[in-house]
Amino acid sequence: MSNIHSAFEKGKAFIPFLTCGDPDLETTAACVRACVKNGATLIELGIPFSDPTAEGPVIQGASLRALRGGVTTDKIFDLVRELRRDVTIPLVFMTYANVIFSYGAEKFISTCQRIGIDGLILPDIPYEEKGEFSALCEKYGVDLISMIAPTSENRVAMIAREARGFIYLVSSLGVTGVRQEITTDVGAIVRVIRENSRLPVAVGFGISTPEQAHKMAALSDGAIVGSAIVRLIESYKQDAPRYVGEYVHSMTETLN
Amino acid sequence: MTNGRFGIHGGQYIPETLMNAVIELEEAYNRFKDDPDFNRELTTLFNEYAGRPSRLYYAEKMTKDLGGAKIYLKREDLNHTGAHKINNVLGQALLAKKMGKTRLIAETGAGQHGVATATAAALFGMECVVFMGEEDTRRQALNVYRMRLLGADVIPVTTGTATLKDAVSEAMREWTRRVADTHYCLGSVMGPHPFPTIVRDFQAVISKEIKAQLLEREGRLPDAVLACVGGGSNAIGSFYHFINDPTVRLIGCEAAGRGVDTFETAATVATGKLGIFHGMKSYFCQDKYGQIAPVYSISAGLDYPGIGPEHAWLHDTGRAEYVPVTDDEAVEAFEYLARTEGIIPAIESAHAVAYARKLAPTMDRDKLLVITVSGRGDKDCAAIARYRGEDLHE
Repeated sequence: MSNIHSAFEKGKAFIPFLTCGDPDLETTAACVRACVKNGATLIELGIPFSDPTAEGPVIQGASLRALRGGVTTDKIFDLVRELRRDVTIPLVFMTYANVIFSYGAEKFISTCQRIGIDGLILPDIPYEEKGEFSALCEKYGVDLISMIAPTSENRVAMIAREARGFIYLVSSLGVTGVRQEITTDVGAIVRVIRENSRLPVAVGFGISTPEQAHKMAALSDGAIVGSAIVRLIESYKQDAPRYVGEYVHSMTETLN
Repeated sequence: MTNGRFGIHGGQYIPETLMNAVIELEEAYNRFKDDPDFNRELTTLFNEYAGRPSRLYYAEKMTKDLGGAKIYLKREDLNHTGAHKINNVLGQALLAKKMGKTRLIAETGAGQHGVATATAAALFGMECVVFMGEEDTRRQALNVYRMRLLGADVIPVTTGTATLKDAVSEAMREWTRRVADTHYCLGSVMGPHPFPTIVRDFQAVISKEIKAQLLEREGRLPDAVLACVGGGSNAIGSFYHFINDPTVRLIGCEAAGRGVDTFETAATVATGKLGIFHGMKSYFCQDKYGQIAPVYSISAGLDYPGIGPEHAWLHDTGRAEYVPVTDDEAVEAFEYLARTEGIIPAIESAHAVAYARKLAPTMDRDKLLVITVSGRGDKDCAAIARYRGEDLHE
């Protein structure tokens, strides 16, 4: 069982997402620690990409601010090395294929192993294209997380059977961002996943309130929140860690 | 297993949300592409509505002036809506209709593909939304009006560099939002499989006609075929039926902007490297960390940081050559063709004309050179006037 899988053993998971380098890497580090302190199960660290086609305006904006601030893949590796002095919960990178490809997939993924990154989430790598990265992920013990969408239908079983770490269930059509309501029959998709995989399932996209998180986690094994946290950081900048901590606390308290 | 590869290029690098949509599209295309009824309908649309076959015009004055190869112009500018874009759009719109889709979305750079999509949507009674970089809506205001006149919603895209690449990203995002009734009518030979193949097949009518027309006129194949390349749809259309004729040089003319040694360029083969973006593996202008570069060209239609995967492969194999052409050279060619032949080409097409002006004089007089004039230049007149320092606004 991978670190990621075992992290889900402790109850419903809460998974926050942070864009590395927005507004700066010091604030990102402080936000990570605030998330850990307030009970996050694992953390998604976004390596910003110039043209993130699966993101809504909030995370697009954070990505561009971070890149303008001069953040790079190497600086984010340094951030993780620094975090790993005291942060022990699983950390996964969320980024786009070109960031890894241009760095050299093997160099990138072996570095992940060395610095203590447990998994990768790549929204532009569907099942059909994963081979290019999954073999290297196996080699270096990094979980390549699979995503399942409301439109996956007949593909759910196939994806679930080959998944690693946890399964990222996309709650809604469209891109990342806060939604009033989630209308997908998440429970029905989770049932098909369960028939095909023993991995934990976490639901993401559109979740911002404790009520939504509670509802989604009740149907699965946990909730992922990105845009709502990134928006707090956009508002409070260097003061954000305190607010992010409070927010994560409110979410983890509701979940367990 | 990966689908739709041209050598190492191509593939389907898209969110899971869209996978069933591209699979459904591929299945529908495979079902209809050899269907006699579908092809009869499409041929009727090409001939009766778009005005095909387009002329292959002997540019006698240009030939004499340059003093080398005999020059023919493939007049895609004479198509309905004024560019080659209509070929692909009629094909995709007909396919979308057969698939039961009621809504077309598209990206556009110069506006030619957006106008063509809005036109087809009007003709087929479909809803239409076009994404266009805000910067381009300013450069091509007349085309924005045209699209609205045709009943389309034009959404200015303000993210990123507010140009073609951002319009593609936004159209992809919109497709993930609403996929059941919507077909993404991609405008070039790019994006995830099956788009590069579908768009190529619909544009291949260009080279099919060139071949037949030239055989009739000259009794032989051309020695060189030139076309401008952004994503590369008119170029692949112009090259396709000559790929297996090794004596025909295939030359794609990229937008070098202010020069390939500056950052203000869109010449992907000259300055890019292998990457994964917008659903495909191909060459892209990018920095060392894989961040996509903010490219530049005077031509909104060539202002794209990538190139279609089949072109990347034709480059790898050496079957086609790709050459950079600067803004200055393109503007001179724009004016040259207007004065010499009385034909105002799109500034995109002027990139191919510019390279022909260099190449033709180096070729013997018994050689044949074909330039695809992919579109007409009315849309560019105000911008070129401003480039020349005239205070002209539409």
